[in-house]
Amino acid sequence: MQKITITINNKEGLHARPASLFVNMATSFKSNITLVKNENYSKEYAGKSILSVMTMAAGAGDTLTIIADGEDEAVAIEGLKTLIETGF
Amino acid sequence: MLKGIAASSGIAICKALVINEAEVAIEKRDEVDVEQELKSFSKALENSKEEVRRLKEITLKKLGQGKAEIFEAHLMMLEDPELITGIEDKIKTEGFNAEYAVKITVDMFITIFEGMANDYMRERAADIKDIGKRLVYNLLGLKLRTLSALEENYIVVAKDLSPSETVQMDHEKVLGFATDIGGRTSHSAIMARSLDIPAVVGLGNITALVKDGDTLIIDGDIGAVYINPQSDLIAVYKKKQEMARLEKQELQALLKAETITLDGRRVELAGNIGTPDNVSGVLKNGGEGVGLFRTEFLYMDKEQMPSEEEQFQAYKRVLEEMQNKPVVIRTLDIGGDKKLPYLPIKEELNPFLGYRAIRICLKQRDIFRAQVRALLRASIYGNLKIMFPMIATLEELREAKAFVEEMKQELSLEKVAYSNDVELGIMIEIPSAAIISDVLAKEVDFFSIGTNDLIQYTVAVDRMNENVSYLYSSYNPAVLRLIKTVIDNAHKEGKWVGMCGEMAGDVKLAPVLLGFGLDEFSMSASSILKVRSVIRGIEFRRAKVIAEDVLKMGTAEEIEGYLSSI
Repeated sequence: MQKITITINNKEGLHARPASLFVNMATSFKSNITLVKNENYSKEYAGKSILSVMTMAAGAGDTLTIIADGEDEAVAIEGLKTLIETGF
Repeated sequence: MLKGIAASSGIAICKALVINEAEVAIEKRDEVDVEQELKSFSKALENSKEEVRRLKEITLKKLGQGKAEIFEAHLMMLEDPELITGIEDKIKTEGFNAEYAVKITVDMFITIFEGMANDYMRERAADIKDIGKRLVYNLLGLKLRTLSALEENYIVVAKDLSPSETVQMDHEKVLGFATDIGGRTSHSAIMARSLDIPAVVGLGNITALVKDGDTLIIDGDIGAVYINPQSDLIAVYKKKQEMARLEKQELQALLKAETITLDGRRVELAGNIGTPDNVSGVLKNGGEGVGLFRTEFLYMDKEQMPSEEEQFQAYKRVLEEMQNKPVVIRTLDIGGDKKLPYLPIKEELNPFLGYRAIRICLKQRDIFRAQVRALLRASIYGNLKIMFPMIATLEELREAKAFVEEMKQELSLEKVAYSNDVELGIMIEIPSAAIISDVLAKEVDFFSIGTNDLIQYTVAVDRMNENVSYLYSSYNPAVLRLIKTVIDNAHKEGKWVGMCGEMAGDVKLAPVLLGFGLDEFSMSASSILKVRSVIRGIEFRRAKVIAEDVLKMGTAEEIEGYLSSI
């Protein structure tokens, strides 16, 4: 399992189009992808679910922890991190 | 008369078909065979996905990529693991029957989305409702109501219309629709506009007031619906409808016609656009190019600067859809009355004389850099011309051109492709630029006259100021002389001149501008055919005489009167 915490700079946050881009990419990995907002580990969101990612309503300034677990976890973390950092 | 929101223009007079669908009662059943329920659910899911895929195809063909994305989103939701396992878990662990499990799970998501602060997200609740209903209907073996095969012409009256319902409507038979809820930006309203069906939405309780077979008049221009109107009102509206139809028919005949005068002078009629979605409107109205793509939309309604990639995609789409027809893209024109939330500009006493447009771009190079790079990268996908707004001096033009050159070198080093044939031009909207247009003309490929600002700056009038707005006139003789000067100066250098302000779409002024020698007229798409009809009906020789006459006149009133009389 690997994880990384990054701050969302994209002011639109993970709404709408960014959310579907994120889910599309997450789905392309074999690893299980879990998300946590603002390090509140009591509530986890499914990274491959558009509904879940959208309900998380992560906006600018929120931190996002991406947890990948599986054979391609390193690649998954790297890919999703880049996607978010480049502001989609 | 019922007053609602004018969602899609036009008039429809017809019998009503009221769609008052009773809610399907979904009950929790006691005796449940878990395996059987799981199987039914899985089958219903597959059927639903298949239906949505079909809808997506239909929409793609009828309405294009943008609208088809709605169903792409539906498909994504139907493939959502949270939704699917959520439903399956409720069947397995709680022993719910499938349709009840679907209802409970979907309702939970609807509640979450409806409670969100963001408008966009709240609207997604409608999408979740749409797929939830599709799943339940498939489970119960019910047919979703369809307006796809109607026997007669109708005006559809409904509480609301989902995107699926709007797309599937038999567009030959549905002459218009009226709904209780909805706004100008709801899915059904947007689709009505693309399909050119008159529609009024947000009427409150029209479904309760209208019975099947009642006669309705829908006036989509003002957002009114008349129920069982008197015969004289029907006659008035029939006449209106007939006039609109005749005019449209006449103009439609010019859709593919050349824009050429009786004695053979050819000009280009182009459309102004604000988003890539507007391209279809330009083409549908016979536009021969895009004369002004205001790129501000990419920057506005956003909370941060659009990336180079995002801009590239938008420019590429416009260029591709225009299929090698000329596309003039104006670089960012922000400031003045247009502000960006993420680009703070100090309060200015005179924003229209302040820090705006090219002045910002030449100073904040990072903003300009992303845009110019995106434009150059997109240039290989069509016939791109780049235009700089608010040029006041030769220095600014030189600086902007040098910057484009710099970006080209940067791209060359990165081995990124761009076209070497991109024309560079400027807006002529500041009197100083118009006055030195002879020297500017030597260093550009084209001019485009932006009349809205040119009038404002030439006459020193703020047209939003009611006390002085009478001074703002397209017939102002000083403005017309200035335009003539600009066109002459460009032609001396062998450069072409366009016009992209509201004046270009004014049918009364068309002979004058034609007579001045204007090469390209860019306007809102809906004016293109009207202007084409004027140009095809006149001789260039005659237009030149009219233009000369106008230049001798001293007042806007005299000019307007003269043009109205010919």
